[in-house]
Amino acid sequence: MPSVEILSRIQFAFTIAFHYIYPPLSIGLGLCLVIMEGLYLKTGLSLYKDITRYWIKIFALIFGIGVATGIVMEFEFGTNWATYSHYVGDIFGSALAAEGIFAFAMESAFLGVLLFGWNRVHKGVHFFSTCMVALGSIFSALWIVIANSWQQTPAGYRIEGHDLKARAVVTDFWEMVFNPSSVDRFSHVIIGSFLAGSFLVMSVAAWYILKDKFAKHAQAMFKVGLSVAVVAALLQLFTGHRSAHYVSKYQPAKLAAMEGHYDSSAVAPMYIVGWVDNKNEKTTGIKIPGGLSFLTHGSFSAPVEGLRATPKEDRPGAVNFVFQMYHLMITIGMILIGLTLLALFLLWRKKLFNQRWLMIIFAWAVLLPQIANQVGWYAAEVGRQPWVVYKLLRTSDALSRKVTSDQVMFSLILFTLVYMLLFTLFIYLLTRKIQHGPDVSDNAEIEYDGYYHDNITYHPTKL
Amino acid sequence: METILGLDLPTWWFLVIGGLITGYGVLDGFDLGAGSLHLFFNKEESRRLVLNAIGPVWDGNEVWLVIAGGALFAGFPLVYGVVLSTFYVPFMLFLVALIFRAISIEFRSKEPWLWWRKMWDISYTVSSTGITLLLGLVLGNLIHGLPINKEHEFTGTLLSFFNPYAILIAFTTLSLFMLHGSIYLVMKTENRLYTKLTVIVNNCSKFFILCFILTSMATLIYVPHMTHQFKSHPQLFGLPMLAVLILLNIKRNVDARKYYTAFAYSCIITACLLILFAVGLYPNIVISTTDPAFSISIYAAASSVKSLKIMLLIAAIGTPMVIGYTVFLFWTFRGKVKLNEMSY
Repeated sequence: MPSVEILSRIQFAFTIAFHYIYPPLSIGLGLCLVIMEGLYLKTGLSLYKDITRYWIKIFALIFGIGVATGIVMEFEFGTNWATYSHYVGDIFGSALAAEGIFAFAMESAFLGVLLFGWNRVHKGVHFFSTCMVALGSIFSALWIVIANSWQQTPAGYRIEGHDLKARAVVTDFWEMVFNPSSVDRFSHVIIGSFLAGSFLVMSVAAWYILKDKFAKHAQAMFKVGLSVAVVAALLQLFTGHRSAHYVSKYQPAKLAAMEGHYDSSAVAPMYIVGWVDNKNEKTTGIKIPGGLSFLTHGSFSAPVEGLRATPKEDRPGAVNFVFQMYHLMITIGMILIGLTLLALFLLWRKKLFNQRWLMIIFAWAVLLPQIANQVGWYAAEVGRQPWVVYKLLRTSDALSRKVTSDQVMFSLILFTLVYMLLFTLFIYLLTRKIQHGPDVSDNAEIEYDGYYHDNITYHPTKL
Repeated sequence: METILGLDLPTWWFLVIGGLITGYGVLDGFDLGAGSLHLFFNKEESRRLVLNAIGPVWDGNEVWLVIAGGALFAGFPLVYGVVLSTFYVPFMLFLVALIFRAISIEFRSKEPWLWWRKMWDISYTVSSTGITLLLGLVLGNLIHGLPINKEHEFTGTLLSFFNPYAILIAFTTLSLFMLHGSIYLVMKTENRLYTKLTVIVNNCSKFFILCFILTSMATLIYVPHMTHQFKSHPQLFGLPMLAVLILLNIKRNVDARKYYTAFAYSCIITACLLILFAVGLYPNIVISTTDPAFSISIYAAASSVKSLKIMLLIAAIGTPMVIGYTVFLFWTFRGKVKLNEMSY
């Protein structure tokens, strides 16, 4: 049977990757909901009310699974990584507790009002609740990313004790919170989440447009999604660059793995596509010569620290994996920018909604930000191995000492089965909800026309 | 060691975590209990009503578990690791039950088919009951003490969790939550469902009184270390006396059909029992049955003074906010539950 370490790592990777399908969608949808309901309050159009109520139902489905799979993560630190829990509790624990008390409580309480409060509270109070849920989900991400960032770039701590009794103790709370990578990584994560949510909205809207159902509702949804996505896609270029910059400064071995760069004395190229042969320490592919040197040092001829500068036992093992995941993320990021700009241009030309081919692309494009979010984290987390807390605690030392591989095998099989069932049900129910569509108010479409004459360019029957 | 208002920081954190766990017991207790009772209602409309009675609040209640877990992680990381890895299998089952409970509530209403709803009804009751029993089992073992060696490592097996005392505590927890949940539901319902619930409340209170008496006797006889605090501080004997008085009051108010008062008392008794447990443990968190010297005290397990102080501040700012949201939520959904198109 595989070792406890391997099984625990697989279990954690599997449960967190599965969990991470949902929170980015909630965060992105939260922002879209605020815009939709804000438009409803501003214009009084029942069409906006229809789409707000529709997306709240989908939000609830996604949020519910996000919560259920998120609690698993919190407890897994203790069950599988007891030594780690003891080591980082002083710091990581406080960020986690702050997440619960400042963010999650807010989200969950106001979610009740959001879902069941339509006829019970005033419109303004309902909108306020929507804003609080959206804000709560962002705060949640903030504290979790702070906790994770501290492990990437520890700051504001001191080590007490040694060997099994060693632990990191906080010396400066704000230095811990604003450790060198928190801000960059948080902004990167949050914008990735906005992309995930807004692309879901656009995907569903595009599908309705293709099926010639709920045409006006779909156009309104699409515009809300697109307004978020176009800003987010462009901003992501900037936060992505900032993130890469912190990695180059604080985790040079990770950056070197991301670009498959070994030789410290050499100028580092940036690969568009490539392949890393970690055994012979060679990378081949299509590259921009000196690209990485330029991004790190601002000069095309400056050498960049390579993997060989780090002893073999302190480097990530799966270099090619990190390289591929990182490049996949960047490629997708570029595609998202292209797609959203194109859609914006066509919307301006009033031609967007009768471009059938583009609507087909958008219907499927919901997968792109999801994949980018996933693989981006794979690169970040595999790239920092063998450390769980960078340069302080090795993943192999972080385990629970008394947990056996039988136990972990049992829970891993259990989670695999349960999550497979969960995912099937999720996709099934989501599809059903999408097929059902929004409940259309009697005069929603007439009202909407009255205000926005310029939008009635879409004639699906003529396509 | 530094003190605030005469109490040292680890003791403060012991109180904070105790308060959060109590909040969890009082709040999630009633919706877990409602879940355990779910299958006693036969008609579709009744099931929808009892489900929607907890609909807007259950998620907010479960947050207290997340916060209590985070607080334990932050305040006593050693205990967090030891307790969770010791109870590895029970906690894994607990997590799976939490998932099933959440999706049962969420998915049940999504399809009209009879088999679909029946399936989620069963899943809802089984998971709610499972969560309660597992929590009770862990609690029972913590009261009883665990075979823990000098290195804070558990030396028992999975079977050692299933000792008679822990099983008794598990069922006591179940009876408490069922009583608590039935009183909550009776407050939220009307007409025939209300009448049916009054019978259920009566039966639940009998079940709980039986468990309460058995637990009290078993604790006095088999778990002597839980009583040492009471011997050295005789005024603490007021607590179990209070619990008995409250119990009688619940019975009296239930008989008089004053369910709001009865609910207040069932909240208090949940808190009271958890306080008894905390008093019995203090200053230890994990008691070793191998050798009392191997027990983990709050002082050995606590985070650094600086961290405890920061987090006490976080708790001081955050807790009133959480209480504020909770009150707002319960106030918004006050009164008898009515079904509408947004209901489950």
